[in-house]
Amino acid sequence: MSKMIATRDAYGETLAELGAENKNVVALDADLSGSTKTGVFAKKFPERFFNMGIAEANMVGTAAGLAAVGKIPFLSTFAIFAAGRAWEQIRQSTAYPKANVKIVATHGGVTVGEDGGSHQSVEDIAIMRAIPNMTVIVPADGVETRGAIRAAAAMKGPVYVRLGRNKVPTIFPDDHRFEIGKGVEMVAGSDMTFVTTGLMTAQAMAAAESLKKDGISARVVHIGTIKPLDREIVLKAARETGAIVTAEEHSVIGGLGGAVSELLGENCPTPVKRIGINDRFGTSGKAEELLKYFGLTPEALVDAAKEILTRK
Amino acid sequence: MKEQIANLEEKARQLRISIVRALHSSQSGHTGGSLSAIDMVTALYFHKMRHNPADPAWEGRDRFVLSKGHAAPALYAALADAGYFPKEDMMMLRRLGSHLQGHPDSKGTPGVEVCTGSLGQGLSMANGMALGLKADGKDNRVYAILGDGELQEGQVWEAAMAAAHYKLDNLCAMVDANNLQIDGEVEKVMNVAPITDKFSAFGWHVLDIDGHDMEAIVNALDAAETVKGKPTVIVARTVKGKGVSFFENKASYHGVPPSDEELPKALKCLGCTED
Ligand SMILES: Cc1ncc(C[n+]2csc(CCOP(=O)(O)OP(=O)(O)O)c2C)c(N)n1
Ligand SMILES: [Mg+2]
Repeated sequence: MSKMIATRDAYGETLAELGAENKNVVALDADLSGSTKTGVFAKKFPERFFNMGIAEANMVGTAAGLAAVGKIPFLSTFAIFAAGRAWEQIRQSTAYPKANVKIVATHGGVTVGEDGGSHQSVEDIAIMRAIPNMTVIVPADGVETRGAIRAAAAMKGPVYVRLGRNKVPTIFPDDHRFEIGKGVEMVAGSDMTFVTTGLMTAQAMAAAESLKKDGISARVVHIGTIKPLDREIVLKAARETGAIVTAEEHSVIGGLGGAVSELLGENCPTPVKRIGINDRFGTSGKAEELLKYFGLTPEALVDAAKEILTRK
Repeated sequence: MKEQIANLEEKARQLRISIVRALHSSQSGHTGGSLSAIDMVTALYFHKMRHNPADPAWEGRDRFVLSKGHAAPALYAALADAGYFPKEDMMMLRRLGSHLQGHPDSKGTPGVEVCTGSLGQGLSMANGMALGLKADGKDNRVYAILGDGELQEGQVWEAAMAAAHYKLDNLCAMVDANNLQIDGEVEKVMNVAPITDKFSAFGWHVLDIDGHDMEAIVNALDAAETVKGKPTVIVARTVKGKGVSFFENKASYHGVPPSDEELPKALKCLGCTED
């Protein structure tokens, strides 16, 4: 397949480019700059990089202060420590005042791997999405990450971008234009639709390919922006294909599956099956093993598609 | 006493070997901070704490919280050696289905009291244990080990304030002061010094020792037990990666396990020749 690149690597490079383009761009980290890749920016612009130590709540408040004096702060740590540890600081100090803070959280989901359940954030999309004024982006690959980081810098207001630890296949062409709030139809199809985000979009594309052999035409809609959700593309898929399987590397509660179910329940009742982590914590293991263990594979998506077709 | 110290030192050496082997087997995990903490963990499990490996829930036990949860291999090595679970389990560290999770998980591992791994939360839980035990009029003691980088978390100082406020003299915290965290030297990333003065100012009894001098550790733990009316913190000056020369004082070995090539060399440093 295509080039493999970790979304956090694409972030590190893009942030450094933004730093060169705009001197108001500053970066903060909480003792994980090597892992989150803000270290690339730190090397180039040491005077605009602030390592806050292992103190995430303070980092968020500091970023809000930097934004208040006109800076464009990007802050990074693992998703669990950004969205989790500093949730209320994010709510009060950035979202409530609509501060121009960009939270780029890496190591989202179970592909964190061996560190285990304590480090695997499976709730961050839900709790970030619940905050008013917050934009929530979950890119699928390196190309989309570049676009998302640039879009986050260009817009005014708080943004949460969730990235992953491991290399993922590139599914977008180099010239793909990312737009906040716009879903993308990756694969045309008419029998059912996979509505997916993050690394699950590549899995759904593989599932759609495999379903062809069984004569099933599966559509794949990638949702890069969980909030604001692209209502039109989801409603269209529901009307035209009549069955939806959502998939995300996140709890089935409150994330993409939640957002899609809310939308369809109110506007276009349609059979929906949510694929994700089934209301449980993560566990230690290798990333690939964990995707299998939690049923986040093309095979599991094929089964889900067949099941949802029986409910049409 | 001399012999007892020598025995503890030998135990720590064996546990270092166990840590290194487990980390090599998992090819993932935290080498530096496990090796810097193991002398303290050894003194706790094989000298100071009252505990019963045959009955992990024994009410009379002292409690231990590894607040710097990433040093889980150090805790697991001690628990396995003490008999809480088979030593072979160490080779299943961090694997899918293993009870030895990347960070301590009290749901699955006998002898582990609470879940840690998200830094800054352990001292609060230790406080809660100490408060509860005290409220019941029990004399069980509570121990916690924190990292020096971990001290950057504000919650640590909320807990420090509360422990002194509630005069938790049944609580003894230990700081693994190796002056390194992930991004480099603690004083360069985000200075926390002077650690001793900060705890003193918060109302703690403070001891400052060499964290690899077994006799000093034992003496400090014994002394802490005699302090009344305030919690004690033992600031243990340590070397990250201690015991394996090429791991020592290197931030780069914070979260990197020994490679196939490094394993025999590491074992040799620990006086272990058979592979
Ligand atoms: C709240 C939180 N933030 C970040 C991390 C990631 N992390 C794991 S270990 C570590 C550095 C710890 O340094 P220190 O406390 O000095 O431990 P030691 O040197 O003993 O390994 C960090 C930042 C974490 N586990 N928890
Ligand atoms: Mg340290």
